[in-house]
Amino acid sequence: MAYRKIYKRGLGKAYEGEYGKTLRIISLISVLLAVWLLLSGIYTPLITSFGIASCLLVALIARRMDVLDQEGHPIHLSPHVFLYWFWLFKEIVKANIDVAKCVLFPGKYLEPSLFASKVTQKSDLGKVVYANSITLTPGTVTVDLHDDTVLVHALTKGTADGVKSGDMDRRVTEVMGEG
Amino acid sequence: MSIFAVTAIALLVSVAMALGRAILGPTAYDRILAVNAIGTKTVLLISVVGFMNGRPDFLDLALVYALMNFIGTLAVLKYFKFGTLRGGLSKSRPQGEN
Amino acid sequence: MDLVLDIATWILMLGGCFFIFITGFGLLRFPDLYTRIHAGGMADTLASFLVFAGLALQSGFSLVTVKLALIVAFLFFTSPTASYAIAQASFVAGLKPRLDGFGSAEDKNDKS
Repeated sequence: MAYRKIYKRGLGKAYEGEYGKTLRIISLISVLLAVWLLLSGIYTPLITSFGIASCLLVALIARRMDVLDQEGHPIHLSPHVFLYWFWLFKEIVKANIDVAKCVLFPGKYLEPSLFASKVTQKSDLGKVVYANSITLTPGTVTVDLHDDTVLVHALTKGTADGVKSGDMDRRVTEVMGEG
Repeated sequence: MSIFAVTAIALLVSVAMALGRAILGPTAYDRILAVNAIGTKTVLLISVVGFMNGRPDFLDLALVYALMNFIGTLAVLKYFKFGTLRGGLSKSRPQGEN
Repeated sequence: MDLVLDIATWILMLGGCFFIFITGFGLLRFPDLYTRIHAGGMADTLASFLVFAGLALQSGFSLVTVKLALIVAFLFFTSPTASYAIAQASFVAGLKPRLDGFGSAEDKNDKS
């Protein structure tokens, strides 16, 4: 449970500085290599060496451009992210059925509303994850994201209540290790 | 009739409906939305047709099309919003603030 | 075993067909831009997931399955960004969402 301690100390404090930078570069190279090997499907020595060379080149350019920060390559997130994805997928299925009902019988269910909701995440990454989760669930779309309010357009009363209850907000805050 | 053919027909009907929205759409944003939806359905269509013909290599094309659809939508939106592809990002937040 | 897989594929992909069809129908039927964004977002999430799940069952376990999973993951990461960009751009441009006037008269909604 070592990660739990890190995650209690706030957003990725353990992965700052040179140590975190090296860790992120190693992680980026391994991710790139995995994607390349999975997508290529041709494993002759020449082609594979080209692949490895291009992965290293991309990592070098990313380091020079200094895009490998906490936002660009968030390795500090806890494994709870996967649990959150499962939960989000369940929500997506439910919301899809709601929207399908709304398309078929608009007179009965259609009740659009536009409202502002509070965001409790501190970091930009957490806010983006929350806003994207809202948009990914059909029936609610993020229209605007200011400092700590998010403007949401909801299709039906049920989906609007889903955002207003703040369940998703609480879960994102928990997963991102802020709060 | 295989399931792939059924899905391909459903996709084509849906694309036709989205195309209707692109033609009818009162604002430019409706048209962009319709084009974006058509793009997503095209990704599905490429994959399904590839499987129907027994050539799963089509999936590479689908992956690239998904990328291009996303980038294309953002580029067209940015062009509509600012009238140019050059220059700043969203104006909703003042510069210098984190 | 093959029969079970085929039946599962039929169920998944027919579900996908249903949602794809609903997406197109919603794009035509909904009254204003903001509601249409919701309809468009449906094809990106559950419909594409169901269709690709059906394809993955047919392909067996190989590199093709990984590619299918990659496409689904990519769609799930990018589609909310595109939807948000459309909603934000139209909101900044001053397009007001229609929030009332949706009575029981359905045929009135269809025309506007």
